[in-house]
Amino acid sequence: MVRVATLTPTPLLRMSPTQTAGAVTLARPCWGQFLETPRVSGKKEGAACGQSPEDRAKTVAEMKLILQTLGFPWHFVALEEVFGLSPSVLRCSAQEPVGAVGTYKVAVDSFLQQQHTLGTERAGGSPSPAQGEEWLSPPGTQESQDPAGPPPAAQTEALSRLFGSVKTLTAKEEFLHTLRTHLILHVARTHGYSKVMTGDSCTRLAIKLMTSLALGRGAFLAWDTGFSDERHGDVVVVRPMRDHTLKEVAFYNRLFAVPSVFTPAIDTKAPEKASVHRLMEGFLLRLQAQFPSTVSTVYRTSEKLVKAPRDGCAAGPRCLLCMCTLDVDAADSATAFGAQTSGFSQTQPPTPRAGAGAPTEAGGAQDRCRGAGPCGREDSRAQVIEQLCYGCRANMKDVPSLDLLPPYILAEAQLRSQRASQEIQEYLVENGAEEMQTAESRAWGHQESGARIA
Amino acid sequence: MAAPLSVEVEFGGGAELLFDGIKKHQVTLPGQEEPWDIRNLLVWIKKNLLKERPELFIQGDSVRPGILVLVNDADWELLGELDYQLQDQDNILFISTLHGG
Repeated sequence: MVRVATLTPTPLLRMSPTQTAGAVTLARPCWGQFLETPRVSGKKEGAACGQSPEDRAKTVAEMKLILQTLGFPWHFVALEEVFGLSPSVLRCSAQEPVGAVGTYKVAVDSFLQQQHTLGTERAGGSPSPAQGEEWLSPPGTQESQDPAGPPPAAQTEALSRLFGSVKTLTAKEEFLHTLRTHLILHVARTHGYSKVMTGDSCTRLAIKLMTSLALGRGAFLAWDTGFSDERHGDVVVVRPMRDHTLKEVAFYNRLFAVPSVFTPAIDTKAPEKASVHRLMEGFLLRLQAQFPSTVSTVYRTSEKLVKAPRDGCAAGPRCLLCMCTLDVDAADSATAFGAQTSGFSQTQPPTPRAGAGAPTEAGGAQDRCRGAGPCGREDSRAQVIEQLCYGCRANMKDVPSLDLLPPYILAEAQLRSQRASQEIQEYLVENGAEEMQTAESRAWGHQESGARIA
Repeated sequence: MAAPLSVEVEFGGGAELLFDGIKKHQVTLPGQEEPWDIRNLLVWIKKNLLKERPELFIQGDSVRPGILVLVNDADWELLGELDYQLQDQDNILFISTLHGG
């Protein structure tokens, strides 16, 4: 869905009520002032909704007209570009000073160079549909405000295949949200923005809160619905509109004739029970009609949520997709919860950091399933699943094949599990050395006591 | 006995998708026994303008929760909601604030 924000010179965000969650402004980091030169990012998700290229082009043209009158710099990003992201987007970077913004760009550029050379080696003619490497846009395109043309057809096809394979609308919506977040993060980091403002209104956040609870993301409510979300480290996501209900926004837009663009989204015209999101929206709005304090009560509750104190990115492993600290304790097999999550991993070992009992099993199991073929596929699926939080795991149940995922996710998953198994190997060596020492000292002890008796 | 009324019916926020994508409709409501109010208007819209999926627009007697109704740029709650009696040349605007259109 294309989303638009119109901005006045006083940075008040005005939006059409349907485009709530996505109109994004990116603020340049600056000393002293919070907002300066905001930029507007428009996202094109027509491929995920099955829109024809002509419709998408028309919508983009409409948006451009409006954005040009704003006087702010703006970017257009197509959702297909997720296939060109580098795995560094999934890594949480610590707070960096403005000058160091180049390190992310350097990482991205070197990744793109790598992939480009790999692509030109392998392509030689028609692109094969297996991996996303051949379809990367050359490094310059992502910098420009106005992309040269529509994204490559192969990427669009890959995107439609990905969303076509997801079984439920709930999973589709969640997945779309995740990909969109990654893409916005990428744009923000590439251009050196420290803050991203989204247009989530009070009503939308109340619905999101209840939906997150239903989808198993209760542990991360404070980040998902709070005013500021610092889980990505260097880029902070801020929600300035969270005090205003959709009704207020709609009235404002109408009374002040704010131009807006509406395009169908992935869930347009979906019946009420099509997904958890729709169901929760219907529930809350119906309740609101009879009890007008519903939305504000839910909103006030979300205000009271306190984030558990965490210092930077150091504390514990993070979920691969949503980048929240993992809330899964796979070693706890006594509960049904533990049984369900360990069921995802099939024959695979529990999370490498689980404890002393795990290392030997981990080493053994990984050796067993190292080969290619069906075992290798399960292995890579389990590899990804065990790095996800509970909510993301539940979501992945509806994604039958992980091969269709954008390559940066799979690459990062592999990197993390390799790193983890390296740590296990080190631990095993240390442990082995210790055991030898205790065995020796026990042997000495026996000898001595034997001598004494004799 | 009510005389025929000429009103402008507008749709926004995605609601227009249910009406062939047309946002503004200038309609002439025929004369009838009872005076025209929003309740009757909704029935008339359902019969004559709504092209598909009536359940996405109308729920029971009233509009689906999440669809705002403005009469002459004023909230219909201030005017009596369904019981507001339509005047000639009124502008009734339906804005959908729902994510799913």
